Amino acid sequence: MEDILEVKDLAMRFDKKTVFKNVNFKLKKGSMTALLGPNGTGKTTLINILMKLLVPSNGSFKFSADVSLGYVPQFRNIDAEYPLSIEAFVGLNAPVIKTDKTKRAIKRQLEETHLLGIKDTRMGEASGGQKQRAYLAQALLDNPDMIILDEATASLDPTAKEELMGLIKHLNQKHKITVLFVTHDVPLAKKYMKDYLYLNHGTIQQGKMDEFKGDYE
Amino acid sequence: MFAYGFMRNAFLASTFIAITCGAVGVYVVARNFSFLAHTLSEIGFAGAAFAVWLGIAPLWGMLIFTLLGSISVGELSMHSDQKESAISAISALFIGLGVLFLAISGANSNYATNILFGSIIGVDKQGVIHLVVLSIIVLLLIFAIQRPLNFDSFDHIGALAHGVKSGLVGVIFLIALAMSVSIGAQIVGSLLVFILLTLPPATACYIGRTIPTMIAWSVFFALIGVWAGLYLGFITNLPVTFFIAVIEVAIYLITYFVHVVRHNL
Repeated sequence: MEDILEVKDLAMRFDKKTVFKNVNFKLKKGSMTALLGPNGTGKTTLINILMKLLVPSNGSFKFSADVSLGYVPQFRNIDAEYPLSIEAFVGLNAPVIKTDKTKRAIKRQLEETHLLGIKDTRMGEASGGQKQRAYLAQALLDNPDMIILDEATASLDPTAKEELMGLIKHLNQKHKITVLFVTHDVPLAKKYMKDYLYLNHGTIQQGKMDEFKGDYE
Repeated sequence: MFAYGFMRNAFLASTFIAITCGAVGVYVVARNFSFLAHTLSEIGFAGAAFAVWLGIAPLWGMLIFTLLGSISVGELSMHSDQKESAISAISALFIGLGVLFLAISGANSNYATNILFGSIIGVDKQGVIHLVVLSIIVLLLIFAIQRPLNFDSFDHIGALAHGVKSGLVGVIFLIALAMSVSIGAQIVGSLLVFILLTLPPATACYIGRTIPTMIAWSVFFALIGVWAGLYLGFITNLPVTFFIAVIEVAIYLITYFVHVVRHNL
């Protein structure tokens, strides 16, 4: 399998504080990788660099030429009064005046993420799991070949966690979408992910998930 | 009532004001800019007073001041952690300037009252043409950036994650907002123009579940307010703005209570 992402000597400093340095790794097309590490080790910083929302202090990274990226960030501003329906929220990533093709694409993603039956529910009234699936559906509207999820399961109850992870596994197996899943939940990662990246003590290690022995010190 | 030229002007002007403020207001509410809209109203008052002092039409003074004000407030609040304090400071400065310009221009208090509280006889035929043209510009501006504006206003973090040029969209929206305030103030008055920019869209949030339906409801409530307000103002000879305020507040409160009751049953 060819690589979808190659990261070389990446380093990030804020003022005088080094978040990480000498970060080197490659991800294969179709892989399913957990990005693990204790809180505050720079997982989100690394993702922000990959999404070009931050400029690294040093090093470089390269996605394969024709890659389309989907990104589901960790936090969203959706309060209980948020008015848009799940369908309208997913469709924010499309023009207001929707062609039949766009409408079909939205419907397909709602189906894929098991939200079609509740598409008219307001996002503000949706459960945590439904919201996460809506975020995912919104990102899937771009037909990405790689998807990055930042702590997508952090605030979910066990059932919602399993449902979301099952969905991600399905996207990987059926649609060959490469997955990079940021989490600090090691048991969950062991259950669903194949490889790991472990960010701690300012640098990164890579390996097979079932051989992972992170100390989290 | 339509036998009077000034009433025809007022109806035409307020129809366009309601459409513009109703549509722009949906984004004001979604972006949590209600306080900014309020401040811009006050900045508009200072601009009108400035125009009186210069001897030009108040609309142009309002446009200049609200454009400058919205961009500086927008910039300040984006870079400062104390967003509300930054807005308060600018608001204080502009109200002070407004009072100063009114004093040194020697305009009578009646004129100041018209600027602050609006007036049905405030718009002549040429004024109506200006308002209609400006309204159309605002609506075209919003339409031109609708896709990134919708994404950025209703899901700022998601929009950033998808590479939407949030900063540029924000500046264009502030320009549209400043123009809406200046337009709206011509009938409703600068002190209360924020009513049309916040209450109809806030009401619409309880009803609509998509952006187009929210805009439609918001424009509808704004139109009810200004039309009924003008009619009641005409037959009672009491201030139009009073009726508009009462009608919009009543619609908002009724919708809010229905929403609360439905959700607790």
